[in-house]
Amino acid sequence: MSETRSIAVKFENVSRVFGATRAADNLAFEVYDGEFFSMLGPSGSGKTTCLRLIAGFEQPDIGHILVHGKNVEGVPPYERDVNTVFQDYALFPHMTVAGNVEYGLMIRKVPQQERRRRAGEALEMVKLSGMGERKPSQLSGGQRQRVALARALVNRPAVLLLDEPLGALDLKLREAMQVELKSLQRQVGITFIYVTHDQTEALSMSDRIAVFNHGRIEQIGTPAEIYEHPATAFVAGFVGVSNVVSGALAQRLTSSSQAFSIRPEKISLFDLGTPVPADMLGIEGQIESATYLGANTRFVVTVEGKQIAVIKQNASNVGTPDTILGKSVLVAWNLTSMQKLS
Amino acid sequence: MQTAAITRESHGVAHAIANALYRNPRLLLALLLGPPLIWLGIVYLGSLFALLAQSFFHLDDFSGVVIHEFSLKTYAHLFTGANMAIVLRTVAMAAAVTFACIAIAYPIAYYMVRHASSKMKALLFLGVMLPLWSSYLVRVYAWKLILAKEGVITWFAERLHLTWLLDGLLAIPTIGGPSLSTSYIGTFIVFVYIWVPYMILPIVAALERVPKSLIEASADLGSRPRDTFRNVILPLSVPGMVAGSIFTFSLTLGDYIIPNIVGNSRPFIGMAVLAQQGTAGNIPLAAAFTMWPIVIMGVYLIVAKRKGAFEAL
Repeated sequence: MSETRSIAVKFENVSRVFGATRAADNLAFEVYDGEFFSMLGPSGSGKTTCLRLIAGFEQPDIGHILVHGKNVEGVPPYERDVNTVFQDYALFPHMTVAGNVEYGLMIRKVPQQERRRRAGEALEMVKLSGMGERKPSQLSGGQRQRVALARALVNRPAVLLLDEPLGALDLKLREAMQVELKSLQRQVGITFIYVTHDQTEALSMSDRIAVFNHGRIEQIGTPAEIYEHPATAFVAGFVGVSNVVSGALAQRLTSSSQAFSIRPEKISLFDLGTPVPADMLGIEGQIESATYLGANTRFVVTVEGKQIAVIKQNASNVGTPDTILGKSVLVAWNLTSMQKLS
Repeated sequence: MQTAAITRESHGVAHAIANALYRNPRLLLALLLGPPLIWLGIVYLGSLFALLAQSFFHLDDFSGVVIHEFSLKTYAHLFTGANMAIVLRTVAMAAAVTFACIAIAYPIAYYMVRHASSKMKALLFLGVMLPLWSSYLVRVYAWKLILAKEGVITWFAERLHLTWLLDGLLAIPTIGGPSLSTSYIGTFIVFVYIWVPYMILPIVAALERVPKSLIEASADLGSRPRDTFRNVILPLSVPGMVAGSIFTFSLTLGDYIIPNIVGNSRPFIGMAVLAQQGTAGNIPLAAAFTMWPIVIMGVYLIVAKRKGAFEAL
């Protein structure tokens, strides 16, 4: 990332310990202004703790957090220029939708007229115009999610924190919201810090992703960097499907015992006896299963006792014949598709 | 073989019943709810209607016999000065007791839900429930001794040189009296003591249902703890206070034992009912008196609902 970009949030060797677990373990990273930054990881990996540290609901045990260069140590949540979209939306059930959206402005004593106008704009932005008088209980899950978003955005925070905001929605709605969230972020230009355990979500929306595991960051990079060049076996396995090859098989293929990963869609299957192209690496394997998935077919090929997943697009409209099972094939991939793991 | 067949047969009957109930959930519902509904219908609603009917009869002034004819004479009697004074006295006491119970119960409930460790919480729950394990009469008589002129409170006031405060309190017109145990203040203290658990428990239940994320969301939107309490926690705990006040208010409206033991022996509604249906033999007037708590609670609930007290439920 360029040096000229200003930093919205900076973690300086931050640790947060709960009993025996290190929810955040010596974290140091930066989030740039106007960036869509995702924190991706399995549950319990420390990503939500990071979000709560930025929001001020948790305080670091060690280290400092800077928001726009200012150390926020000891600053309570209500004095921080950040807003959160909660996982369960946390809408106030006794207030109307408009009441919820205006809440932050009311607390900051913004005059009623301006409050109305800005809340109206925020609701329009999330496509909920005319819903202001309803109660949250009268809305669908997707609508509540939008209200939570409007309630946070109306305050024009420096940083917007989103804690798995799409987790409770069904797949179709989630995909639609991913597109909307991303375009909304471009439109308002606010820094989004987005927590998710869903790698597709992180890949599709983010400018950069931090992959969390056991309170540490395994890798930070653009979606393409994370996907194409996973730094560790954990990243390779967690972001997308990956074949991690190590030990004897790695030794045979690359004359080095260093583990490497190869994505299923980057592997080709050839008839046995086909010469291996110069820039490719090939080895014999047996097709163990073939699963038809509509757009593509997923093969499992056994290579020297190790199962390798291979994905082929269904370019022709002829299905895979059953006779293919057990067949010996040449499994090959481009040398540049391999990713050495540390 | 035959025994096997018989067991299969009886097995079959049980299964047939189970299957019939499974296929007809309404039948199951009727069997479950039928007996209690019949009981409620006859015993509860039936007696209420009997009361209502009785209140429209009247007592013949000369013979002292109840005339079983529709008339409004009893109600005319109910609205006379002395009887209205009883009603107003009881309602004022019930309102004062309810407010005092909220004032005492809320901080305790709030502490139990938002601050206490689980051990402390269990201990406080036990503390709230424990008095309910002993007899109500015993506790009221104990209070009579505590509040008596020769009682513990007077003794403490003397030791702490606060006799002037106690005397000053008792010198207040209307609510004061010769001693705490023979004044409205005493009646009030005992009522509050006896009913406060019925206020604590519903408020605890209401506060428990306020998700932590709402409080965090309020802080996140810039609200200081005080504003969060006023804008979020308090409105969401109103149903608990209303539920508790239904207990404290209606229990005070109907009680005849406490004001009989501790107080200045001016009658409350419950005592009037007891006297009218007992020694005076004026069952219609006793029935008319009991209409007051029913009507007052009905109006109270309607107003509470209109004001949106139950919207957060």
